[in-house]
Amino acid sequence: MKKIATREAYGEALAGLGAENPDIVVLDADLAKSTKTIDFAKKFPSRFFDMGVAEANMLGTAAGLAASGKIAFCSTFAVFAIGRAFDQLRNSVCYPKLNVKIAASHAGITVGEDGASHQSVEDIALTRALPNLTVIVPADAAETKKAVLEAIKIKGPVYLRLGRLAVPALHEDDFVFETGKAITMREGSSAAIIAAGLMVAEALAAADELAGEGIDVRVINMHTIKPLDAEAVIRAAQQTKAIVTAEEHSIIGGLGSAVAEVVCEYCPVPVYRVGVKDSFGESGAPAELMQKFGLTSRHIADAVRKIKGLK
Amino acid sequence: MDQEVIARLEKKAREIRRDIISMTAAAGSGHPGGSLSSADIVTALYFQIMRLDPKRPDWPDRDRFVLSKGHAAPVLYSALAERGFFQTGELITLRKLGSRLQGHPDMKSLPGVEMSSGSLGQGLAAANGMALAGKLDHRDYRVFVLIGDGESQEGMVWEAAMASAHYKLDNLTAFLDHNGLQIDGPVREVMSVEPVADKWKAFGWDVQIIDGHDLGQIINAVVKAKEVKGGPQMIVAETVKGKGVSFMENNVDWHGKAPNQQETEKALAELA
Ligand SMILES: Cc1ncc(C[n+]2csc(CCOP(=O)(O)OP(=O)(O)O)c2C)c(N)n1
Ligand SMILES: [Mg+2]
Repeated sequence: MKKIATREAYGEALAGLGAENPDIVVLDADLAKSTKTIDFAKKFPSRFFDMGVAEANMLGTAAGLAASGKIAFCSTFAVFAIGRAFDQLRNSVCYPKLNVKIAASHAGITVGEDGASHQSVEDIALTRALPNLTVIVPADAAETKKAVLEAIKIKGPVYLRLGRLAVPALHEDDFVFETGKAITMREGSSAAIIAAGLMVAEALAAADELAGEGIDVRVINMHTIKPLDAEAVIRAAQQTKAIVTAEEHSIIGGLGSAVAEVVCEYCPVPVYRVGVKDSFGESGAPAELMQKFGLTSRHIADAVRKIKGLK
Repeated sequence: MDQEVIARLEKKAREIRRDIISMTAAAGSGHPGGSLSSADIVTALYFQIMRLDPKRPDWPDRDRFVLSKGHAAPVLYSALAERGFFQTGELITLRKLGSRLQGHPDMKSLPGVEMSSGSLGQGLAAANGMALAGKLDHRDYRVFVLIGDGESQEGMVWEAAMASAHYKLDNLTAFLDHNGLQIDGPVREVMSVEPVADKWKAFGWDVQIIDGHDLGQIINAVVKAKEVKGGPQMIVAETVKGKGVSFMENNVDWHGKAPNQQETEKALAELA
């Protein structure tokens, strides 16, 4: 099966929507070829603005465009969109609830060889803390395309967290993708894995491995981190009594934290967070880094085995 | 300028350019274009201008160099290795898992790297800090910093530029790698920073414009810069991105991609 990066699908979706939706404008910060906004730029040059290497100014300009009725998509690497321009995101975009969509690529450690300076493992924690901001982490190309449509439907700021790496397709047929509604990828009752982004594929592989041992795990694709589908989390906690979260992000403040918050408040059961353990990334091939940082299906399966014993 | 010195430096610059090609080729990724455009500046700094002791990378009186445009890490790594901070054999580990030669400079892992960089726009502020500390501690070291022209679009560069002049940091010399290209195309088309020399002047800097591939001019410019009292100095170096490798020169495609085997052989032959 052909793997496609979520950033690739984003570029395609945006370029596809430009004609029917004349309000869409796109901004980039000298990374159009990497974030794939180049597809839109070629088709709609008058509605594309390269702001140069100036992320804070890009967010501020997008806020002004949005305040004037535009749907402003902003793209750069996640580390710069959320890191460099955090104050602008907070005060110029989220506080006034403007219609700005931050679609940032190269999130997580699978950026690979560029190393820690370019690997964002804290953006979910940062964005999740901002009022008015919807946070979506699509797991494959098809979800990304639907997420772009969802983002346009929402009248307000949205963060789309996209990846550099080509990832497998998780959905064979058409499927429903609704902001804030988790997708149960696989039923099961001995434990639940709640994953987002490219970790959903790892979670499914872990579930396969565990099925061989007679352990039936539920796999929940939590593509919307905020608003979190608390009902799906509580149901999983009540029915499986053991939860493992999996994310390509720090275990501090990300999906795992969001899930643990809900579980603690409404239905306390053991939660184990698979993710980057309070460290920066480093240079290496994506697969090597997934291994080194404990983000493979094997690591998830081990976590499930361990947590089952704690029930 | 002594012709022997220039000949020695030109030879060194060629070696560094060969390293840049070999390293990025071995890594299969990386940034040759902006490394090659700054190779002569970095060579002049590490092999003629800066006061350094590779055996004592944390010597308090050493001159400092901050590579603000951190993606040009290969040129810095090569200069450090060629200067004896570590073995040149380590260069080919660039960007590999476990290597001290991270994709962008990591001061915690590699001796000689003065500041971690990679997120553009931050190096001048760090250099200001080092220059301020030099003043506070009454040390006579100098701080050098290399900034990209695309990088100059970052607002933080100008915040820092204002501060260097405000604090009269005459122990600070910046180079602008004015190669005219960034990732999305020519700087003039993406987001013009011109007239860039006038901007630095307006921010209170002493400004010289030189040919950034003429080692004699680079060295003379630093000699003149050192004579400036009471303020920071900018040396706008007119450069060619990809300099030294015909098919990479002035070609935006070579900003951030590694040569394949055939291209590597051709490049190394040209740099022989
Ligand atoms: C804050 C930030 N935004 C974006 C990038 C991605 N990026 C890496 S190099 C580059 C272009 C830099 O152009 P320039 O400063 O002219 O470098 P040079 O031509 O000397 O290679 C960009 C946008 C980055 N590293 N940091
Ligand atoms: Mg440039």
